[in-house]
Amino acid sequence: MVLETEKKQKKYKVIGTRPIRPDGLDKVTGRARFGADIDLPGMLHGAILRSPHAHAHIVRIDTSKAAALPGVKAVVTNADFPHVPAEELSLGEGAVNLVHLRQNVLAEDKVLYHGHAVAAVAATSAHIATEALRLIDVTYELLEPVLDVRDAMKQGSPILHADLRTRDMGKDGDIPSNIASHLHFELGDADHAFGEADVVIEREFTTRMVHQGYIEPHNATVSWDEDDHLTIWMSTQGAFNVRDQMARLLRLPVHNVRVVPMEIGGGFGGKISVYLPPVGAILSHKTGRPVKLVMNRTEVLEATGPTSGSYIKLKMGATKDGRLIAARGELAYEAGAFPGSPVGAGCMTMLGPYDIANATIDGYDVVVNKPRVAAYRAPGAPISAFACESVVDELAEQLGIDPLQFRLQNASKEGTRQLRGTTFPPIGNVAMIKAALASDHYNAPLEGPNRGRGVANGFWFNAGMQSSLNASVNGDGTVSLIEGNTDIGGTRASIAMQLAETLGIPMEAVRPTVVDTDSVGYNAVTGGSRITFASGWAAYECGMDIRRLMCARAAAIWDLGEDDVEYVDGVIRARKDAAKKFTFAELAGRINSTGAPIIGNASVSPQTVGGAFALHIADVEVDPETGKVQVLRYTAFQDPGTAIHPAYVEGQMQGGASQGIGWALNEEYYYNADGTLANASFLDYRMPTTLDLPMIDAVMVETPNPGHPYGVRGVGEVPIVPPLATIANAVYRATGVRFRDLPISPRRVLKETQGLE
Amino acid sequence: MSERVQIQATINGEPVQFLAEPRQSLLEALRDELGMTGAKEGCGNGNCGACNVILDGRLVDSCIVLAAEVEGRLLTTIEGIAQGNHLHPLQQAFLEEAALQCGVCTPGFIVAAKALLDRTPHPTEDQVRHWLAGNLCRCTGYDKIVRAVLRASESTEANA
Amino acid sequence: MQAIAYQSAKSIDEAVSVLRQWGERARVLSGGTDLIAQLREGRRHDVEVVLDIKSIPEARELRYSPGQGLYLGAAVPCYRIYEDAAIARAYPALADSAALIGGIQIQSRAAIGGNLCNASPAADAIPSLIALGATCEIAGPNGRRTLPVEQFCIGPGRSALEQNEFLVALRLPSPAAQSGSCFLRFIPRNEMDIAVANAAVALTLNPAKDRITAARVAIGAVAPTPLLVPEAAAALIGAPLTEATLERAAEAARAAARPITDMRGSIAQRRHLARVLTRRAIESAIQRAKES
Repeated sequence: MVLETEKKQKKYKVIGTRPIRPDGLDKVTGRARFGADIDLPGMLHGAILRSPHAHAHIVRIDTSKAAALPGVKAVVTNADFPHVPAEELSLGEGAVNLVHLRQNVLAEDKVLYHGHAVAAVAATSAHIATEALRLIDVTYELLEPVLDVRDAMKQGSPILHADLRTRDMGKDGDIPSNIASHLHFELGDADHAFGEADVVIEREFTTRMVHQGYIEPHNATVSWDEDDHLTIWMSTQGAFNVRDQMARLLRLPVHNVRVVPMEIGGGFGGKISVYLPPVGAILSHKTGRPVKLVMNRTEVLEATGPTSGSYIKLKMGATKDGRLIAARGELAYEAGAFPGSPVGAGCMTMLGPYDIANATIDGYDVVVNKPRVAAYRAPGAPISAFACESVVDELAEQLGIDPLQFRLQNASKEGTRQLRGTTFPPIGNVAMIKAALASDHYNAPLEGPNRGRGVANGFWFNAGMQSSLNASVNGDGTVSLIEGNTDIGGTRASIAMQLAETLGIPMEAVRPTVVDTDSVGYNAVTGGSRITFASGWAAYECGMDIRRLMCARAAAIWDLGEDDVEYVDGVIRARKDAAKKFTFAELAGRINSTGAPIIGNASVSPQTVGGAFALHIADVEVDPETGKVQVLRYTAFQDPGTAIHPAYVEGQMQGGASQGIGWALNEEYYYNADGTLANASFLDYRMPTTLDLPMIDAVMVETPNPGHPYGVRGVGEVPIVPPLATIANAVYRATGVRFRDLPISPRRVLKETQGLE
Repeated sequence: MSERVQIQATINGEPVQFLAEPRQSLLEALRDELGMTGAKEGCGNGNCGACNVILDGRLVDSCIVLAAEVEGRLLTTIEGIAQGNHLHPLQQAFLEEAALQCGVCTPGFIVAAKALLDRTPHPTEDQVRHWLAGNLCRCTGYDKIVRAVLRASESTEANA
Repeated sequence: MQAIAYQSAKSIDEAVSVLRQWGERARVLSGGTDLIAQLREGRRHDVEVVLDIKSIPEARELRYSPGQGLYLGAAVPCYRIYEDAAIARAYPALADSAALIGGIQIQSRAAIGGNLCNASPAADAIPSLIALGATCEIAGPNGRRTLPVEQFCIGPGRSALEQNEFLVALRLPSPAAQSGSCFLRFIPRNEMDIAVANAAVALTLNPAKDRITAARVAIGAVAPTPLLVPEAAAALIGAPLTEATLERAAEAARAAARPITDMRGSIAQRRHLARVLTRRAIESAIQRAKES
């Protein structure tokens, strides 16, 4: 459902419609080629040996027996990589130190988590490669693991990296620590403001690591040619990021690395950092043959993703008339085995939905013996929103104010200063909360015992970054659009629609193709909710380029000046002579007989991303005897700016909500005391099934982004921000217990409501 | 390498002979020996449904069927759901309802839903949800998938 | 995974001879939903031969008559049970189990016999088989033998099958008039989970339908093996259908549970659930008995 603040349908012909996506046919027939579907002549299959221990020195690796197994062509370890400098490399969503990246891909002298890659094999079949792994003999010297963020921060805790010092306000500490960095944010004077607050609430929250849970496991097929040119076929959110990571890790010129992005079976931020391609590269280099690596689900859960577990202490204060005036927060996020948790984003987004003048927030990035975290949909924000929206809910309750009304009267709006110092441009927060207040769902009675309704808000920055594309006009008036962004959820459609809108032609006249890194200009990751925003903007610029070229061509045909020709609704016409006009297709048919082919080009790096808000309402029922929570009804409100393809915006909202519901209720990394991960399967890592979710109503409350030609805001990430607190607040109203430790699994509900340990 | 055995089966209406190792799953045989890569491996142990095929009229996870077990049997895969150039109503409904995002679980869902409509031409939402509970999707929250299956079930063709 | 050989036996004798030849290195395949996953995950390195018993007539036969009871071949997949209206009516707990094991895809292949032989403490079929009084028919080098199903599991993943024996079939007695049964399990999701705890109840009412004349109660995932709980049955037999009766039986189940804490559940949670599920299963079984 679209609630419009502008009459978009009158304004646009293509934008706001729901055409069938260009890649849809291949995906419903099984023809679409995903990363694991690659098969090359002479191809070998790789497999990776992983650590059974959470923390240990590697004393010795004996690969001789594995290498002797018939069919095995190569065995490699970290020693086979070239040395790299300890430089930071940006991944678009987050950054990584090259040395850490190399140590994560194959452990060097220590294994730092259960599942850490130790050695790899290439063989003539995947089964033989797996058999060979059992013949690799690794001698470990076990170390005590540290698994919880608070334990890892304590003096005397086992240290993961002897050379890691705490970076604090730009300076490094002088003793080894698991705290990689300390961030500090201040707005106004929180200490003073708390003194003026009538109600102050301080609470502690904990969450566990959770995984992105994409259905397609990581994969990569690498061919290292005799002349040191590498080709990599894989599923990735960032083909150019992979190219750059590989060039840096392998010390090759960038143009020696070509990445062919295959269709990708989900990513949610987890398919940006490389895991398999460097291993495939050295295996291919050693064997002279292409090598394919595909993870199984256990490897995916043990060694890729997840996002941080966390500890948060948050204090908030309000006046008795219901004004939020002060916040003090301490956020500690698990980075996994190497620094790089999204704690900064957690700090900076936490108070985004509110106009709150005084806040002090401290963030800690902490290494623990668990897999190195990766971006996960609005990285860092769901965790801090869980804390903030729980405390806000409690404040509203203590003040006797309706929870949505309380959010409305404190809502951030255009001009509100954020914790990171900037002020908001026009945003849709207020309009969205008002829509929720007026909604059928919020006003429907919720009857019956053990039921409760919860609400929560959420904010995400969105990202811009770089996009490049080009488009050729064909003789029949169709347009071939070349782009470089992996299409995870319908961006071929949303980019093509913006080009079609700009050109005034039907969406079906634009055929988009995603190409490899040698075939189009640089494109940053498919992440940060940026593709429909930034690549859509590039499509607009590309369309404007084509319009100029088309006008110039018509002017030449008519022997007019370029200024005498205009482009209106897909028609190129002389300004002063109504008889002189071409439709787009007519002029397209004359391009090659009147001059050079017409190709539009654009590369952009837009900054004016807007910012996105989401507000969710959930009705739940709790079985008091078993502790099980069932979601009865769920509505997601969001400001998408302008919804280019509303069906795929709804899809993002529904998908984000369902991941958040899983996070709230059952998903968690469950570790044994020795640091081994106990639930590395889809059986025991409990993502929601069809029976765990109701229909999810998606309501788009459009406040177009003035910083985009078509008003687009990113939509993909923010819908995962509110659900954790939405569910927790609903469960509170059903049970009378505030859950501040996720997930709210049946076991935990029984513990909190009945004292069953 | 273990010895390969010869297997004959009927796949999407065509008699097919192929060689496979006894340790290969049906999914591996389809993908690696027969080049039919529409079925996907999401979990490898029967917990996600991405590899679904119809074996003698029953929906199965092909990752936990041995290739050797399908000797003499009838298989329908995602590649056999459309009739020539004519999409099955489920495929059309998935496109029109925007019931896919990344698309990797989509073949499994369509095969599973076909097995449902073959038995229950006009299911309720509850029946659809029960039937599809063995298929995981992480992108959509299932809303549009369930709607697509219900929409396809309204098409008379789906019941042909 | 390691290389294996695949053999499909056509008769019991052929199967026994393969087992004699390969011993511990052979594993019997019926539905394969556990075995193949275990092989693929590298949890069965010792296996060299997979022996498919689905072509053995006695293992794939499903036959029911009110006089003879149920003959359930060890390789019969779950769906054949719940899709047979007469069987589902006579043995509702068994139909409950068959419809709860995995999703539809699993039920197309997974066999009740395989679920039993896997001998998981949390198996979804075993409490129902125990409550319904099933008997195992076992074949081996020394011929055939039978065993009450509650004696089949001897530890997690371990059964009473001797070297080179395999399960051919299960036999379930015909239910008496006014009988009902029910199987319930608790899982955190609504599908695709291993039970945190489960319970099965089979009972018979007197003609006036106000007293229980016979009952068997079994619980699972709360001990190294699924448990028959005679104390719970004793609390029901002969007692009036009151709240107190039901609570006494449920409490007996709770008391019989001796669970562990692991990632799927805690000791306290499992004991509690044993009570809750037993109570709910009794109520449902009574209701079904009244409607039978």
